[in-house]
Amino acid sequence: MPRALFEKTGNAIWISHLDLMRVFQRSFKRAGLPLTHTQGFNPRPSVSIALPMSVGVESRCELLDFDLEGDPISNEEICERLNRALVEGVRVLRVYDDGAKLKHLCYLSCEVDLEYDNGIPEQAQAEISGLFAREEVTVEKKNKNGVRQENIIPMIKRLEISPGDSNTLVLHGLVCCQNPTLNPMQLCTAIDLYLPELKPDFARCRRMEIYDETETVFR
Amino acid sequence: MTELKQRILPMVQKPARYTGGEWGEVKKDLSGIRVRVAFCFPDTYEIGMSNVGMRILYGVMNRMEGVWCERVFAPWGDMEEQMRQHQLPLWALESQDPVKDFDMIAFSIGYEMAYSNILNMLDLSGVPLHSADRHDLKNIVFAGGVCAFNPEPLADFIDFFSLGEGEDITVEIVSLYDQAKAEGWSKDAFLHAVAKIPGVYVPSFYRHEYNPDGTLSAIVPLEGAPKKVTKRIIEDLDSAYFPTDMIVPSTEIVHDRANLEVFRGCIRGCRFCQAGFSCRPVRKKSPEVLYRQAVEILENSGNNEITVSSLSTSDYRGLKELTDQLIPYCADHKINLSVPSLRADNFSRELMQKLQTVRKSGLTFAPEAGTQRLRDVINKNLTEDEILTTCANAFSGGWNNVKLYFMLGLPTETDEDVLGIAELVYKVIQTWKECASNKKRGLRVHVATAYFVPKPHTPFQWEKQITPQEYLRRCRLLKDHFYSKSIEYDYHSPDLSRLEAVFARGDRRLGPVIEAAVKSGARLDGWDEYFNYAKWYAAFRECGVDEDFYTTRGYGEEEILPWDTIDVGTGKRFLKLERKRAYEGKVTPDCRHGCAGCGASNLLKEVACDA
Repeated sequence: MPRALFEKTGNAIWISHLDLMRVFQRSFKRAGLPLTHTQGFNPRPSVSIALPMSVGVESRCELLDFDLEGDPISNEEICERLNRALVEGVRVLRVYDDGAKLKHLCYLSCEVDLEYDNGIPEQAQAEISGLFAREEVTVEKKNKNGVRQENIIPMIKRLEISPGDSNTLVLHGLVCCQNPTLNPMQLCTAIDLYLPELKPDFARCRRMEIYDETETVFR
Repeated sequence: MTELKQRILPMVQKPARYTGGEWGEVKKDLSGIRVRVAFCFPDTYEIGMSNVGMRILYGVMNRMEGVWCERVFAPWGDMEEQMRQHQLPLWALESQDPVKDFDMIAFSIGYEMAYSNILNMLDLSGVPLHSADRHDLKNIVFAGGVCAFNPEPLADFIDFFSLGEGEDITVEIVSLYDQAKAEGWSKDAFLHAVAKIPGVYVPSFYRHEYNPDGTLSAIVPLEGAPKKVTKRIIEDLDSAYFPTDMIVPSTEIVHDRANLEVFRGCIRGCRFCQAGFSCRPVRKKSPEVLYRQAVEILENSGNNEITVSSLSTSDYRGLKELTDQLIPYCADHKINLSVPSLRADNFSRELMQKLQTVRKSGLTFAPEAGTQRLRDVINKNLTEDEILTTCANAFSGGWNNVKLYFMLGLPTETDEDVLGIAELVYKVIQTWKECASNKKRGLRVHVATAYFVPKPHTPFQWEKQITPQEYLRRCRLLKDHFYSKSIEYDYHSPDLSRLEAVFARGDRRLGPVIEAAVKSGARLDGWDEYFNYAKWYAAFRECGVDEDFYTTRGYGEEEILPWDTIDVGTGKRFLKLERKRAYEGKVTPDCRHGCAGCGASNLLKEVACDA
């Protein structure tokens, strides 16, 4: 099944996962690229997005699997036609004939901006580094089975901190994104919880790249 | 650093409704723009984006050179809270600029329960609520939509109303504004000029005087204003603008599909129905034009669903021709075609079978009344036989779901009529027992009763609304006569319909009530999550206005009515005659079986009424 690499930036970050599927279904239609449909009681156009993302997160490494009907069309043309039919902020970067098996998707490289309106507090960088050097940092994780406590440290493969500008600290992380999954915003939750005096005025997150278990770029 | 709005968005539900950026939105270069219009829909994005009228006028205005029309919707409560906390004024989606920066602020009003949203949106924009407090040409506020057919409750707040169908008149209004702005006219000079456009009603040019008993004693036109303002219509729908390059929302809305309007007006004359009388005369669109527009709209939007819309769609003469073309196209392109508002006739039954793709949607009837006698009174020409035959066919075809809609409190209604509803439902259940091909899943009959609201410009515009207590008594009476487990009975609390009745036939004395209610937090009244009658009750008491005057009192036939200035085509004499026939239990045949002489065809200059 063909796979598209796309980015989600600007206002498009506010489109939810389910809505984004609909946006793609309609974009394929507008682009004159007929999708195959699932079999069954309620046939649906076959598109799926590898890693569902929270509303408000920006990404440069999203994967969309899809399946087209009819005569083969070159990947370059699919890419070009889709981009002409997509909403602002969603852009297909490349189309591949086939993708690697999703079960091999393992790590996500991400950035979390911590914005301090009155300037970065002194010692913030050191203290936050110290926090994530601990063996156990427990935050609440909500899922459909309720709320449970979870130690996030084992899911952080690497983490660096650097100042972005005079008001922003940036966390550069490599975290698990499948079995188990760490939502990068949990890094921020941990700071709020363990270092409340360093709670930022605002935090936002970007997905940068995804990797398999050998840390090779995943496509 | 992230700007304020972007910081707020993660904290609210469904943020995509506040950002714009959808497929098909119109963006323009401000350097070439002379008139900016903030087109406000006084409800949420999901409701407003489903509105065909709004889509048409958005296109109409944006086709004008030098004009940029942008969309504005009412924020949900969580967003409003953030906006007020951070003093962030209401913005338009396309440019994200504050509404108060716009030249014209337009509202499309289709429902009385949106009145509080209008005031709240002006307030959130930082624009003075009262027309009299807005002194400049800038921020001129005008409104259209069905509610403009009795605009009086909003007379204090709206500078002028645009009556009827907006395709032509909106262009005339905005062009005149363009000239006024270029030439530096005062607001007053503009209002005098705009009042000369047929279909424009400027409430400040009329003085309403009252008798000691509270009824109107006179409506005095001032400054040369016309005694009557007649609504505008489009005569030739085939050549009228229709947007085939619709905005496609990136987040789910209520009617998330393409919408094809097939004709305007209605040939039925259900005596309670405002649309039926005020949207006349009947004008058709040809199936060829509709098919072309359907294909264009589907190709441009990428929608996988299209609905055909109008009042009483079965009465569209070209329905067979249109669906014969559309059904194969939709099948080829995996598009769902839906045709709601079908009558229970033979052709419709065939059509329903043809449309039946995978999903079996339920079967819906609106008999409105339980007995033939009362259906004759309201001129709802749907017989028990038609309902039961259609049910029998549907049940034998595998349907197990029926929805039945009724009204309680219709003129002349007795307990016998109320119990007639239970009897009709019982017969539907019997029919299922006799005809159902698949009884495994059981039958579900969903019954809903609404509280009758008398509306202006209908034969029932003078009627009393029954009291809320009496309405509830009738609901309980009915409920006590539903024995079957298959029945699911819904009735709404009467408060909302009572308020709707007040505003529907309201006058200018309601302006302060709306303002007081909004000040105390009334908004989003169409939403159960927000509607709070206590706030309205307090506002009525505060302003010394009695709801009963507008509801249970009833209006005298000789009384001057607040909406007498507005002419929608159907004359008062005709409405009186229809009312008389209602009380005699006489039906009036639909317009195709003989013109009843409602008068609406006088609005036509170029074509004949297509009824």
